[in-house]
Amino acid sequence: MTVEVIIFGILALIAIAAAALMLLTRNAVHSAIFLVVVMSSLAVLFLGLSAPFIAMVQIAVYAGAIMVLFLFVIMLLGAERIGARDMVSWHIPMAIVLAVAVLLLGGYVLLTNPAVAVVDLPTEQIVQGSAEAIGQSLFSGYLFPFEATSILLLVAMVGAVVLTRKEKKSS
Amino acid sequence: MSNQGFVDLFPLLIGLCGVLFTLGVIGVLVRRNAIVIFMSVELMLNAANLAFIIFARALNQIDGQIFVFFVMVVAAAEVAVGLALIVTIFRTKQSINVDSINSLKG
Repeated sequence: MTVEVIIFGILALIAIAAAALMLLTRNAVHSAIFLVVVMSSLAVLFLGLSAPFIAMVQIAVYAGAIMVLFLFVIMLLGAERIGARDMVSWHIPMAIVLAVAVLLLGGYVLLTNPAVAVVDLPTEQIVQGSAEAIGQSLFSGYLFPFEATSILLLVAMVGAVVLTRKEKKSS
Repeated sequence: MSNQGFVDLFPLLIGLCGVLFTLGVIGVLVRRNAIVIFMSVELMLNAANLAFIIFARALNQIDGQIFVFFVMVVAAAEVAVGLALIVTIFRTKQSINVDSINSLKG
Protein backbone atom coordinates (compact mmCIF):
# COMPACT_ATOMS: atom_id res chain seq x y z
CA MET A 1 0.00 0.00 0.00
CA THR A 2 1.57 3.23 -1.13
CA VAL A 3 1.38 6.57 0.59
CA GLU A 4 -0.93 7.82 -2.17
CA VAL A 5 -3.52 5.18 -1.38
CA ILE A 6 -3.33 6.02 2.33
CA ILE A 7 -3.77 9.75 1.72
CA PHE A 8 -6.66 9.09 -0.65
CA GLY A 9 -8.29 6.79 1.89
CA ILE A 10 -8.09 9.39 4.65
CA LEU A 11 -9.48 12.15 2.43
CA ALA A 12 -12.26 9.94 1.08
CA LEU A 13 -13.25 8.89 4.59
CA ILE A 14 -13.32 12.52 5.76
CA ALA A 15 -15.39 13.58 2.74
CA ILE A 16 -17.93 10.76 3.01
CA ALA A 17 -18.25 11.03 6.80
CA ALA A 18 -18.71 14.82 6.63
CA ALA A 19 -21.28 14.47 3.83
CA ALA A 20 -23.22 11.89 5.84
CA LEU A 21 -23.10 14.07 8.97
CA MET A 22 -24.29 17.02 6.90
CA LEU A 23 -27.44 15.06 6.15
CA LEU A 24 -27.89 13.67 9.65
CA THR A 25 -27.41 16.76 11.79
CA ARG A 26 -30.55 18.73 12.64
CA ASN A 27 -28.83 22.10 12.91
CA ALA A 28 -28.47 23.91 9.58
CA VAL A 29 -25.31 25.72 10.75
CA HIS A 30 -23.66 22.37 11.50
CA SER A 31 -24.72 21.16 8.04
CA ALA A 32 -22.98 24.15 6.47
CA ILE A 33 -19.80 23.55 8.47
CA PHE A 34 -19.74 19.88 7.43
CA LEU A 35 -20.17 20.92 3.80
CA VAL A 36 -17.09 23.16 4.20
CA VAL A 37 -15.19 20.09 5.44
CA VAL A 38 -16.29 18.11 2.36
CA MET A 39 -15.22 20.92 0.03
CA SER A 40 -11.85 21.33 1.72
CA SER A 41 -11.05 17.63 1.49
CA LEU A 42 -12.05 17.69 -2.18
CA ALA A 43 -9.71 20.65 -2.69
CA VAL A 44 -6.82 18.59 -1.30
CA LEU A 45 -7.79 15.79 -3.69
CA PHE A 46 -7.70 18.30 -6.56
CA LEU A 47 -4.14 19.20 -5.56
CA GLY A 48 -3.20 15.55 -5.93
CA LEU A 49 -4.94 15.31 -9.31
CA SER A 50 -2.67 18.01 -10.82
CA ALA A 51 -5.27 20.77 -10.59
CA PRO A 52 -3.66 23.25 -8.15
CA PHE A 53 -5.50 26.31 -9.49
CA ILE A 54 -8.90 24.66 -9.27
CA ALA A 55 -8.06 23.54 -5.74
CA MET A 56 -7.39 27.13 -4.70
CA VAL A 57 -10.56 28.35 -6.44
CA GLN A 58 -12.48 25.61 -4.66
CA ILE A 59 -11.25 26.89 -1.29
CA ALA A 60 -11.76 30.57 -2.10
CA VAL A 61 -15.08 30.43 -3.97
CA TYR A 62 -16.83 27.35 -2.62
CA ALA A 63 -15.58 26.95 0.93
CA GLY A 64 -15.19 30.70 1.23
CA ALA A 65 -17.71 32.80 -0.62
CA ILE A 66 -20.59 30.41 -1.25
CA MET A 67 -20.59 28.89 2.23
CA VAL A 68 -20.35 32.33 3.86
CA LEU A 69 -23.44 33.27 1.85
CA PHE A 70 -25.19 30.13 3.12
CA LEU A 71 -24.25 30.82 6.74
CA PHE A 72 -25.27 34.44 6.35
CA VAL A 73 -28.73 33.50 5.13
CA ILE A 74 -29.14 30.78 7.79
CA MET A 75 -28.32 33.25 10.54
CA LEU A 76 -30.33 36.05 8.93
CA LEU A 77 -33.43 33.89 8.90
CA GLY A 78 -32.69 32.33 12.27
CA ALA A 79 -33.30 29.09 10.44
CA GLU A 80 -30.74 26.94 12.21
CA ARG A 81 -33.40 25.40 14.46
CA ILE A 82 -36.17 25.20 11.90
CA GLY A 83 -37.33 21.70 11.14
CA ALA A 84 -36.93 19.79 14.37
CA ARG A 85 -39.30 17.27 12.82
CA ASP A 86 -37.43 17.65 9.60
CA MET A 87 -37.21 14.15 8.19
CA VAL A 88 -40.42 12.41 7.24
CA SER A 89 -40.12 8.79 8.35
CA TRP A 90 -41.47 7.04 5.27
CA HIS A 91 -39.29 9.16 2.99
CA ILE A 92 -36.07 7.67 4.31
CA PRO A 93 -36.31 4.05 3.07
CA MET A 94 -37.66 5.24 -0.28
CA ALA A 95 -34.86 7.77 -0.62
CA ILE A 96 -32.23 5.17 0.21
CA VAL A 97 -33.68 2.73 -2.34
CA LEU A 98 -33.68 5.45 -5.01
CA ALA A 99 -30.16 6.56 -4.09
CA VAL A 100 -28.82 3.00 -4.25
CA ALA A 101 -30.51 2.69 -7.64
CA VAL A 102 -28.69 5.84 -8.79
CA LEU A 103 -25.38 4.49 -7.51
CA LEU A 104 -25.87 1.06 -9.12
CA LEU A 105 -26.96 2.57 -12.42
CA GLY A 106 -23.94 4.89 -12.49
CA GLY A 107 -21.61 2.06 -11.57
CA TYR A 108 -23.14 -0.22 -14.23
CA VAL A 109 -22.77 2.42 -16.93
CA LEU A 110 -19.18 3.14 -15.95
CA LEU A 111 -18.19 -0.51 -15.71
CA THR A 112 -19.76 -1.55 -19.01
CA ASN A 113 -18.36 1.40 -20.97
CA PRO A 114 -14.59 1.44 -20.69
CA ALA A 115 -14.52 4.61 -22.79
CA VAL A 116 -11.80 6.27 -20.76
CA ALA A 117 -8.47 4.55 -20.85
CA VAL A 118 -6.05 6.22 -18.48
CA VAL A 119 -3.20 7.66 -20.53
CA ASP A 120 0.07 6.11 -19.51
CA LEU A 121 2.61 8.89 -19.20
CA PRO A 122 5.84 9.69 -17.47
CA THR A 123 5.28 12.07 -14.57
CA GLU A 124 6.88 15.08 -16.27
CA GLN A 125 4.41 14.97 -19.18
CA ILE A 126 1.30 15.22 -16.99
CA VAL A 127 -0.55 18.47 -17.76
CA GLN A 128 -0.58 20.64 -14.65
CA GLY A 129 -3.62 22.88 -14.30
CA SER A 130 -1.66 25.90 -13.15
CA ALA A 131 -3.11 29.41 -13.22
CA GLU A 132 -1.09 30.09 -16.38
CA ALA A 133 -2.39 27.02 -18.24
CA ILE A 134 -5.99 27.65 -17.15
CA GLY A 135 -5.72 31.30 -18.17
CA GLN A 136 -4.24 30.47 -21.57
CA SER A 137 -7.09 28.08 -22.29
CA LEU A 138 -9.75 30.34 -20.81
CA PHE A 139 -8.77 33.37 -22.88
CA SER A 140 -8.23 31.52 -26.16
CA GLY A 141 -10.45 28.52 -26.74
CA TYR A 142 -13.07 29.29 -24.12
CA LEU A 143 -13.28 33.06 -24.56
CA PHE A 144 -16.95 33.16 -25.56
CA PRO A 145 -18.22 30.97 -22.67
CA PHE A 146 -16.07 33.05 -20.33
CA GLU A 147 -17.70 36.29 -21.50
CA ALA A 148 -21.12 34.63 -21.34
CA THR A 149 -20.56 33.71 -17.68
CA SER A 150 -19.76 37.34 -16.90
CA ILE A 151 -23.21 38.28 -18.22
CA LEU A 152 -24.70 35.39 -16.24
CA LEU A 153 -23.12 36.72 -13.03
CA LEU A 154 -24.46 40.21 -13.76
CA VAL A 155 -27.97 38.82 -14.34
CA ALA A 156 -27.77 36.75 -11.15
CA MET A 157 -26.66 39.79 -9.16
CA VAL A 158 -29.52 41.93 -10.48
CA GLY A 159 -31.93 39.05 -9.91
CA ALA A 160 -30.86 38.61 -6.30
CA VAL A 161 -31.25 42.33 -5.62
CA VAL A 162 -34.68 42.47 -7.26
CA LEU A 163 -35.92 39.35 -5.45
CA THR A 164 -34.93 40.47 -1.97
CA ARG A 165 -36.09 44.08 -2.37
CA LYS A 166 -38.82 45.12 0.03
CA GLU A 167 -42.16 45.28 -1.77
CA LYS A 168 -43.58 48.75 -1.88
CA LYS A 169 -47.23 49.01 -0.98
CA SER A 170 -48.94 49.28 -4.35
CA SER A 171 -51.73 51.80 -4.36
CA MET B 1 0.29 11.89 -7.72
CA SER B 2 2.41 9.60 -9.88
CA ASN B 3 0.91 7.96 -12.92
CA GLN B 4 0.93 4.45 -11.49
CA GLY B 5 -0.68 5.66 -8.29
CA PHE B 6 -3.38 7.38 -10.31
CA VAL B 7 -4.05 4.29 -12.42
CA ASP B 8 -4.42 2.24 -9.25
CA LEU B 9 -6.73 4.78 -7.63
CA PHE B 10 -8.84 5.60 -10.69
CA PRO B 11 -11.79 3.25 -9.89
CA LEU B 12 -11.76 4.30 -6.24
CA LEU B 13 -11.82 8.00 -7.17
CA ILE B 14 -14.80 7.44 -9.47
CA GLY B 15 -16.44 5.47 -6.68
CA LEU B 16 -15.91 8.40 -4.30
CA CYS B 17 -17.67 10.66 -6.83
CA GLY B 18 -20.57 8.25 -7.00
CA VAL B 19 -20.91 7.99 -3.23
CA LEU B 20 -20.80 11.76 -2.72
CA PHE B 21 -23.35 12.29 -5.49
CA THR B 22 -25.60 9.64 -3.95
CA LEU B 23 -25.39 11.29 -0.54
CA GLY B 24 -26.46 14.53 -2.21
CA VAL B 25 -29.43 12.75 -3.80
CA ILE B 26 -30.43 11.31 -0.41
CA GLY B 27 -30.20 14.79 1.11
CA VAL B 28 -32.51 16.28 -1.50
CA LEU B 29 -35.01 13.45 -1.06
CA VAL B 30 -35.00 13.20 2.74
CA ARG B 31 -34.47 16.67 4.19
CA ARG B 32 -37.34 19.18 4.22
CA ASN B 33 -35.31 22.27 5.12
CA ALA B 34 -34.89 24.27 1.90
CA ILE B 35 -31.40 25.47 2.84
CA VAL B 36 -30.16 21.93 3.56
CA ILE B 37 -31.68 20.73 0.27
CA PHE B 38 -29.76 23.52 -1.42
CA MET B 39 -26.54 22.43 0.28
CA SER B 40 -27.16 18.88 -0.93
CA VAL B 41 -27.39 20.21 -4.48
CA GLU B 42 -24.00 21.87 -3.91
CA LEU B 43 -22.66 18.51 -2.74
CA MET B 44 -23.83 16.92 -5.99
CA LEU B 45 -22.17 19.71 -8.00
CA ASN B 46 -18.95 19.07 -6.08
CA ALA B 47 -19.09 15.35 -6.86
CA ALA B 48 -19.54 16.18 -10.55
CA ASN B 49 -16.58 18.59 -10.33
CA LEU B 50 -14.44 15.84 -8.85
CA ALA B 51 -15.41 13.57 -11.76
CA PHE B 52 -14.43 16.32 -14.23
CA ILE B 53 -11.02 16.71 -12.59
CA ILE B 54 -10.43 12.95 -12.51
CA PHE B 55 -11.26 12.52 -16.18
CA ALA B 56 -9.21 15.57 -17.12
CA ARG B 57 -6.28 13.93 -15.36
CA ALA B 58 -7.00 10.56 -16.98
CA LEU B 59 -7.11 12.05 -20.49
CA ASN B 60 -4.21 14.40 -19.71
CA GLN B 61 -6.17 17.42 -20.97
CA ILE B 62 -6.97 20.70 -19.26
CA ASP B 63 -10.48 21.15 -20.66
CA GLY B 64 -12.06 19.27 -17.75
CA GLN B 65 -10.59 21.79 -15.34
CA ILE B 66 -11.98 24.67 -17.41
CA PHE B 67 -15.41 23.09 -17.13
CA VAL B 68 -15.04 22.86 -13.36
CA PHE B 69 -14.25 26.57 -13.39
CA PHE B 70 -17.48 27.28 -15.27
CA VAL B 71 -19.47 24.99 -12.96
CA MET B 72 -18.18 27.00 -10.00
CA VAL B 73 -19.20 30.30 -11.62
CA VAL B 74 -22.68 28.99 -12.40
CA ALA B 75 -22.95 27.58 -8.86
CA ALA B 76 -22.10 30.98 -7.41
CA ALA B 77 -24.78 32.66 -9.52
CA GLU B 78 -27.27 29.94 -8.66
CA VAL B 79 -26.60 30.24 -4.94
CA ALA B 80 -27.11 34.01 -5.03
CA VAL B 81 -30.49 33.72 -6.78
CA GLY B 82 -31.58 30.63 -4.85
CA LEU B 83 -30.85 32.14 -1.45
CA ALA B 84 -32.66 35.31 -2.51
CA LEU B 85 -35.67 33.14 -3.35
CA ILE B 86 -35.43 31.39 0.04
CA VAL B 87 -35.30 34.75 1.85
CA THR B 88 -38.37 35.92 -0.09
CA ILE B 89 -40.26 32.70 0.66
CA PHE B 90 -39.34 32.99 4.34
CA ARG B 91 -40.72 36.54 4.42
CA THR B 92 -44.10 35.49 3.05
CA LYS B 93 -44.47 32.04 4.68
CA GLN B 94 -42.38 32.44 7.88
CA SER B 95 -41.02 28.98 7.11
CA ILE B 96 -38.51 27.35 4.81
CA ASN B 97 -39.95 23.88 5.08
CA VAL B 98 -40.52 22.84 1.48
CA ASP B 99 -43.71 20.99 2.44
CA SER B 100 -45.31 24.28 3.47
CA ILE B 101 -44.71 25.76 0.03
CA ASN B 102 -47.74 24.16 -1.56
CA SER B 103 -49.66 26.98 -3.20
CA LEU B 104 -48.89 28.90 -6.36
CA LYS B 105 -50.24 32.17 -4.94
CA GLY B 106 -48.24 33.31 -1.93
